[in-house]
Amino acid sequence: MFRNQYDTDVTTWSPQGRLFQVEYAMEAVKQGSACVGLCSRTHAVLAAVNKPASELSSYQRKVFRVAEHAGVALAGLTADGRVLSRFLRNECINHSFVYEAPLPISRLALKLADKAQVCTQRSWKRPYGVGLLVAGLDESGAHLYYNCPSGNYFEYQAFAIGSRSQAAKTFLERRFQGYKDYTPEQLIKDALSAIKETLQGEKLSSSNCTVAIVGRKDDGTIEPFEMIGAARIQELIDSMEVAEEAPAEASSMQEEERGSEDAAAPMDI
Amino acid sequence: MDGFAKSIGGGGPNVPAGSHPAGGSQAAAGGGATQRTQYPYVTGTSVIALKYKDGVIMACDTGASYGSTLRYKSVERIKAVGKHSIIGASGEYSDFQEILRYLDELTLSDHMWDDGNSLGPKEIHNYLTRVMYNRRNKFDPLWNSLVIGGVKKGPKGDEKYLGMVNMIGTHFEENHVATGFGNHLAIPILRAEWHEDMTFEEAVKLVEKCLLVLLYRDRSSINKFQIAKITTEGSTIYPPYSLKTYWGFTHFENPAQGAVGSW
Repeated sequence: MFRNQYDTDVTTWSPQGRLFQVEYAMEAVKQGSACVGLCSRTHAVLAAVNKPASELSSYQRKVFRVAEHAGVALAGLTADGRVLSRFLRNECINHSFVYEAPLPISRLALKLADKAQVCTQRSWKRPYGVGLLVAGLDESGAHLYYNCPSGNYFEYQAFAIGSRSQAAKTFLERRFQGYKDYTPEQLIKDALSAIKETLQGEKLSSSNCTVAIVGRKDDGTIEPFEMIGAARIQELIDSMEVAEEAPAEASSMQEEERGSEDAAAPMDI
Repeated sequence: MDGFAKSIGGGGPNVPAGSHPAGGSQAAAGGGATQRTQYPYVTGTSVIALKYKDGVIMACDTGASYGSTLRYKSVERIKAVGKHSIIGASGEYSDFQEILRYLDELTLSDHMWDDGNSLGPKEIHNYLTRVMYNRRNKFDPLWNSLVIGGVKKGPKGDEKYLGMVNMIGTHFEENHVATGFGNHLAIPILRAEWHEDMTFEEAVKLVEKCLLVLLYRDRSSINKFQIAKITTEGSTIYPPYSLKTYWGFTHFENPAQGAVGSW
């Protein structure tokens, strides 16, 4: 309640050392619809919930390709997000032009964070009201960064932002330890499961989520950043549901298999 | 190309007739509001380089000429750049020093990002291509032919890189390159005898063969060479040394034999 005195502009500190305008901007991120990002050593996946403004309209685009090796998913003021995506695309293209090499994803995240910081230190500006999950490739593999309106950025193995993202985060916290060695398909399935957590009851289908992946194959060639087609997403969702419905059968099947392993294998006879 | 920019006959640098159309004469004729680079003054001659098993080997002599005078004899024309590359230059030496300053700034800003990424030879080559081409478009070229070699760990393992860029911005990547007279004297030898995965000793022998030919036939070369190599371990520029030459050919004895005259 007392904070209203010091929240008029971003260049005013509160006595507790807080910039309320920046914190309000982070609230805007929490209001946006959910996005999740996960990465393994070689691949990074971004997924977002598609929320149409009304029944008559199409959904807001939240996942953008920034370069062949990088993309972003955003939550919050999508107009701010669009402008920042254009900035990121520009930086990647400029670097490619001069150096004929992809801009390392860590540098991309740093440039974005520096741009966001500027808006927290000018009295005639306001912070960007959008949080971005930046996913892409580096010399050292796949990376995922989260850029806040505050100008901070963090690297993550997996993260979720937007409304009801806590449910997704809880899901990811339980499973992220193994992500380093996940296959791309496992990553996508976990991303879909995390998105499902944020839907809370609503049925997950290919029409209410977007998934994108970028990675590097074992032979070194790049699988460029691209959205996964609706048909494939639906396939994966369906296969996940089948696996869920058959846990009882699966565990009893496993016991049978273990039983037959104890008996002599055919080739030993 | 740099070889041809040298003078015909005596003393300091002269404007060669019909030389490179770098817009020089037109600018001067206009009364010279701004002078543009028209011809080089202190120049280095050929640089040769080739890829071998562990990386890239580069060599050149340590001379710098002032026109037809062999003015400076201990000039280092190959330098290390960052952790992964070496660069060699022929042509105007002061322009090479300027390029080294640009690369210093690049390496410094790379270091200041402090994020574990570093510029590899491919990035440096392309950066220099942009610089050279943009200068040429302003009719104010950096009068050099540059050779950039290096090794960097890529997604497919250690990747060797060797490329060349010259004063008009022509650039390419190859297994072996040469500048100046090296294009005419060394490249044919390299084409005949280079093969994939040469050992260091084989590479040095091949390089010395080319350097010897250049020493015999390029009048602006001197008998003092430096070899440099770049591998995953880093760059090494070896101290200068000389090659043994042989002048005892029968045709060199009594050279006026077939041309009787009063001199």
